[in-house]
Amino acid sequence: MAIIERPAPTVPAIVTPTTTYGSLKRPVSATGWRSWVFTVDHKKLGIMYGATAMFFFIIGGVEALLIRLQLAAPNGKVLNADLYNQMFTMHATTMVFLFVMPMAAGFANYFVPLQIGARDVAFPRLNAFGFWALLFGGIFLNLAWFLGGAADGGWFMYAPNSGPVFSPSNGVDFWALGLQIAGIASLTGAINLIITVLNMRAPGMSLMKMPIFTWMITVVQFLLLFAIPVITVALFLLSFQRNFGARFFDVAAGADPLLWQHLFWIFGHPEVYVLILPSFGIVSEVLPVFSRKPLFGYPFVVFSGAAIGFVGWGVWAHHMFASGLGPVSVAVFSLTTMAIAVPTGVKIINWTLTMWGGKLWFTTAMKFAIGLIVLFTVGGLSGVTHAVAPSDTQQTDTYYIVAHFHYVLFGGAVLGIFSGFYYWWPKVFGKMLNEKLGSWNFWLMVIGLNLTFGPMHILGLQGQPRRMYQWTEARAGEGFFNLAFWNLIASIGSFVLAVGILMFLINVLITARNPQKAPLDPWNARSLEWMTTNPPKEHNFDVVPTVHHLDDFFHQKYEEDPVTHTMKQVRTAEEIMAEQERNADKHIHMPSPSYWPIVLAFGLPVITFGLIYSHLISVIGGVIVLFAAYGWALESSTAPDSDFETNTPGTGLDKVASNHD
Amino acid sequence: MTDTAQGHASSTGISNVKLGMWAFLGSECLLFGGLISTYMLYRGRVTGGPRPSQIFDIPFTSVSSFVLLMSSLTMVLAVSAAHKDDDRKTNLWLTVTALLGATFVGGQVYEFTAFYKEGLGFSTSLFGSSFYTLTGFHGVHVTVGIIMLMSLVGILKRSSVPGKKAEVVEMIGLYWHFVDIVWIIIFTLVYLIPV
Repeated sequence: MAIIERPAPTVPAIVTPTTTYGSLKRPVSATGWRSWVFTVDHKKLGIMYGATAMFFFIIGGVEALLIRLQLAAPNGKVLNADLYNQMFTMHATTMVFLFVMPMAAGFANYFVPLQIGARDVAFPRLNAFGFWALLFGGIFLNLAWFLGGAADGGWFMYAPNSGPVFSPSNGVDFWALGLQIAGIASLTGAINLIITVLNMRAPGMSLMKMPIFTWMITVVQFLLLFAIPVITVALFLLSFQRNFGARFFDVAAGADPLLWQHLFWIFGHPEVYVLILPSFGIVSEVLPVFSRKPLFGYPFVVFSGAAIGFVGWGVWAHHMFASGLGPVSVAVFSLTTMAIAVPTGVKIINWTLTMWGGKLWFTTAMKFAIGLIVLFTVGGLSGVTHAVAPSDTQQTDTYYIVAHFHYVLFGGAVLGIFSGFYYWWPKVFGKMLNEKLGSWNFWLMVIGLNLTFGPMHILGLQGQPRRMYQWTEARAGEGFFNLAFWNLIASIGSFVLAVGILMFLINVLITARNPQKAPLDPWNARSLEWMTTNPPKEHNFDVVPTVHHLDDFFHQKYEEDPVTHTMKQVRTAEEIMAEQERNADKHIHMPSPSYWPIVLAFGLPVITFGLIYSHLISVIGGVIVLFAAYGWALESSTAPDSDFETNTPGTGLDKVASNHD
Repeated sequence: MTDTAQGHASSTGISNVKLGMWAFLGSECLLFGGLISTYMLYRGRVTGGPRPSQIFDIPFTSVSSFVLLMSSLTMVLAVSAAHKDDDRKTNLWLTVTALLGATFVGGQVYEFTAFYKEGLGFSTSLFGSSFYTLTGFHGVHVTVGIIMLMSLVGILKRSSVPGKKAEVVEMIGLYWHFVDIVWIIIFTLVYLIPV
């Protein structure tokens, strides 16, 4: 496909704020660091979410490698028991809350408005606030490493083990309060994206014409909307116990330790669908494009996603089979857990049948998507074995569980995310990732993850417990089931995996240095996000599209031949773009940048820091939050008309506004 | 394109801010759900200090509950005045709503002090911890509501509220009614149902 040079489009208007709102003047910079720090543009925020998530992915990955180094040989000496506890706690916390969730939020932020033909999200400043709250919350969580030790109770932080008696350092306080801040970020993000999807769809885009990725993200946001407050309550109870002497998990006062487990898993099980559904959405976009067929059974994929969203609320106690819930509860939760495998299986079948009879194009994105189908199915099947309570009781707290959730989270969620990287990189950065390095990236990751997590099934069924910081030669066993052999294989595999991810980072660097621009529609894609430039303009679309079909962009390019009933190309993406530019809207008022989101978000860790060390600092944080909240409320999200000046093309002003990368 | 309050069409016909508030309140249901569940689990667990029936003053709390419920009525009057663009009445009813809310919070402060003097501290028993947490969270919600109402009065006087005035009043009204409804549930479950 040829790269066509288009003249720089004239941007209708730019902002030159003159009026003071709240207490400060609006930030105006369209270039430099200010254009990022004060931005409310969903695309910039999407990239910032992605970069932050990648940063925490590397931290979480290093923690994982340290864990595997410790367990590679008997009597590991890399970490002591205390540090090992902190390592696995923070590894899981980082990967779940600071990598997969923000990465999904990044994809959602960037692509949901584009996929529904909107120019931004419903609440742009709230969007910026969400990002900064997440970043500050993540940093706050990790501060504990330098201030007396990180949290050490496991990512589920079971009470009463998380109380001050068993966990005397401030790690758990940092953990609970840091997650509170990250939770606020997720909650505001969820409200924002739900309203965006409900209210800001392009004309003609009914819910059943929405791209499947947007659908899955919507389900995820509803899960977050209702799951986050439950963990919020649990974290409050924990913080009140640790910092203000409440008795919630004090068994001596008659407390029920299962209260924490119930609250945590009522949040925690919907949470696992929060982690996997965005990736399901991504591969549901990738598979049709590279099979050159529409998604097989679109309504089934939509409704099975929604069904997962509903049934996901009724399975939490399968995490607690070993806690003595009683036979009725165990039977009920066994059945619901088996039931939730059905909508998930429906998706697997739909993806397989999407590929069936298609002209498969094995790009890296496609390979990762197929990798997800295969490896998620492996993890899904071991998941079904957990639904069988007697078997689960045997497997509880062994490496078999570790194997299971890494197959679904790494083999599922992470491969889906990487599929999204390769598929959407040209859209976001205007350049194609290198396919050859991509292939190395894919195969090293797949081999590495199977080497790492495959043997854990054997280790677990042989009885190696989770969270055990050392194992001894004396109890390693013989022959095929020798723990030493499989632990070593798993540790070698983890480094293969790390090299695979390193290939991706190298690929990113090489791509950034490569001057070659990506074609407009490199994959012959189907959905609206491809109906704009690479990267998209600040206002996304010159004309807000009117939608007539599911996969509307595809239907603008192709029409059915009435005689042969085959799809024939009638227009190219370049022609569609040119037409849009001819009819460009004259006056587009984009939401204006603001200081308040970052200031408000900054107040939160100040408050929580004060709760741990000195309540005076909390008061300062509270003042910051209040000050920012008033500034925010008094500033309208789009600068008023008097602040807009129509620019004249060629004066250089248009360059300022259109320079979006 | 983003601000439906400024006249752009939305797919549902409901403005972004109002729909956003509904979503937030949906989330709040689960927050109070979690707190209420915790209280219901722990309300009878008293290893030391007074039991619920020994300290609750139902006539007093009934009066303060009535005051809070009346504030929902004045809130409705404020929203109605805002829709009629009657700034004077809007301000009046918003102020009355805030005062009624403040009376309720004042009652709660008095009640907490009385309970504390009778020996129920935050750390006394599981009942104490969960009672103060649940009703405290509700009290904080009412207080935040009062701050929003009074800020709104101030902003309306400067007439610099961004977006449509009636829309903002209505949005805060939704929050206020929600907080009242939650109190009906808390009052019934905590005070009226004997342990």
